[in-house]
Amino acid sequence: MKSIVIGVIGADVHAVGNRIIEYTLTREGYNVVNVGVLSSQEDFINAAIETSAHLILVSSLYGHGELDCKGMREKCQEAGLDDILLYVGGNIVVGKQDFQEVEKRFKDMGFNRVYPPGVTIEDVLDTIKADLGD
Amino acid sequence: MGFYLLVDFGSTFTKLTAIDLELEDIIATSKAITTVETNIIDGFTVAYEKLMTSIGKTITFEKTIACSSAAGGLKMAAIGLVEELTTEAARRVCLGAGAKVELVLSHHINRSEVQAIKDKKIDIILLAGGANGGNKECVIHNAKILAESDIIAPIVFAGNKDASDEIEDILSKTNKTFFMCENVMPKLNQLNIEDAKNRIKDIFVKNIIEAKGIKKIEEKIDQVILPTPNAVLMAAELLSKGYNEEKGLGELMIADIGGATTDIYSMSEGLPKQMNAILSGLEEPFAKRTVEGDLGMRYSALGVIQAMSDQEISHHKKQGIDILAEATMRNHHIEFIPQSPHDENIETIIASKCIDAAISRHVGTLKSVYTPMGMMYHQVGKDLTETKYFIGTGGVVIHSQTPIEMMKDALYSEQKPTELRPKHPTFMLDKDYILSAMGLLSLEYPEIALRIMKKRIIILGDKHAA
Repeated sequence: MKSIVIGVIGADVHAVGNRIIEYTLTREGYNVVNVGVLSSQEDFINAAIETSAHLILVSSLYGHGELDCKGMREKCQEAGLDDILLYVGGNIVVGKQDFQEVEKRFKDMGFNRVYPPGVTIEDVLDTIKADLGD
Repeated sequence: MGFYLLVDFGSTFTKLTAIDLELEDIIATSKAITTVETNIIDGFTVAYEKLMTSIGKTITFEKTIACSSAAGGLKMAAIGLVEELTTEAARRVCLGAGAKVELVLSHHINRSEVQAIKDKKIDIILLAGGANGGNKECVIHNAKILAESDIIAPIVFAGNKDASDEIEDILSKTNKTFFMCENVMPKLNQLNIEDAKNRIKDIFVKNIIEAKGIKKIEEKIDQVILPTPNAVLMAAELLSKGYNEEKGLGELMIADIGGATTDIYSMSEGLPKQMNAILSGLEEPFAKRTVEGDLGMRYSALGVIQAMSDQEISHHKKQGIDILAEATMRNHHIEFIPQSPHDENIETIIASKCIDAAISRHVGTLKSVYTPMGMMYHQVGKDLTETKYFIGTGGVVIHSQTPIEMMKDALYSEQKPTELRPKHPTFMLDKDYILSAMGLLSLEYPEIALRIMKKRIIILGDKHAA
């Protein structure tokens, strides 16, 4: 069973969507490691090390995602998680910005997949399976 | 019902407690210097004769059981993967088993760390790493390194279960003494203490006691069954939770100040008491023990000075006290007994600092986070603000004229608003120093042990507001 670490990053307390993600991915047969709300980059990374996760799926709903996600890829490399996949989704930036711009910024930061508001976990399942080789 | 004799082989003193099971009370206590270098039985015999003298007649004990922290106690190394996760879980298991955790190692261990295990004469190694289904590469690497070394200490494996077969093969090939246990952190942030803890206790009784030359006493003593801090932990849990009809005291804390260490125990779930705090990090055990090897009245008196700020030291200087000189003297003369009010004042200052610093490291903390929903707090560790009772024990507290003065420094303070210290506990005193003895007695007579504690551990004064 492959492990996926999920959680809500930064000073963000939006708990409901995170539960839905946990429920859905568990149903799909993944070992879901939920670090919960108000989680730091280190919380995600430590959990990924201990559980040998293949994917870290970061949620952010309160607009500060860009600040919170900065440097995460570098920290993963520092922690020996060279091959880990990083996804991010939600309201990850402030205001209504051109999503292509936003996507580029997050990809430059080392995220493999970047999702705009309104994308549900169901929409992403096929991508997850393909990326994890399932 | 007859008489029971409970023995505590301490690093300095061998302490005897005689119990009348019928009366449900202590009939006498005595102590003598521990003689582990020569023959541990010598110190025991001296204490035994003193005990008989104070009882005034010769009585026969139905059973004699002992706990021990002599010959350095139980020295352990905790090995895990991530420092805050499996390493911390492993460390907590060691502390819960009553060990002194001399080494805490994370990630891949190297040659110099293996050397440190040998240099520090570690008695038992606890090897963890990886949640179940998670990382096994690291713990297998560490098992190989241990297997290749000439370490003879028993190894307790309590890591990722997926790695257990491979680790069993690795360790059995090189004839290591090893034991397989449940994972200390089976799932992320979930703590699983019991299995590994019980195994450590077994090994302590079967292997360590003998290696330390304490086995010789077994003709006079039925069993040495526990490391002393573990006996205290059992007594504390019993006193808190109660047993059957006999009610416990509820949430409580204990501070045990010794010559070399200061131990803090808390019996509490420690869940957040305020609405806007979110618990984060590894789960905490209900019965939690921390031990500070740098805080103590004699061997570790200099560590206490290091824990003091420059302001504190100069504050004492203004009062005409050279606290560094006083601590150095105590460090050199571990047998020192306070003679004057001045000496007692110094003892109070050092003991207060031991409690203050040890409590800081034991209690949970709050870290504020500004969120769009207002101020929220991360709570890491236990919220002990609602602790009902705070019990002082250890020679310096018991013999003090002003034990509350020492214990007051455990309280919540405006200066340290993020530390979740007790706010208004009732102070109590273990005046006869019976906690470890009652832990031993509780193995067979928990109700009697509980009633004796409730009788003998006295209330010092009522609620003390922070």
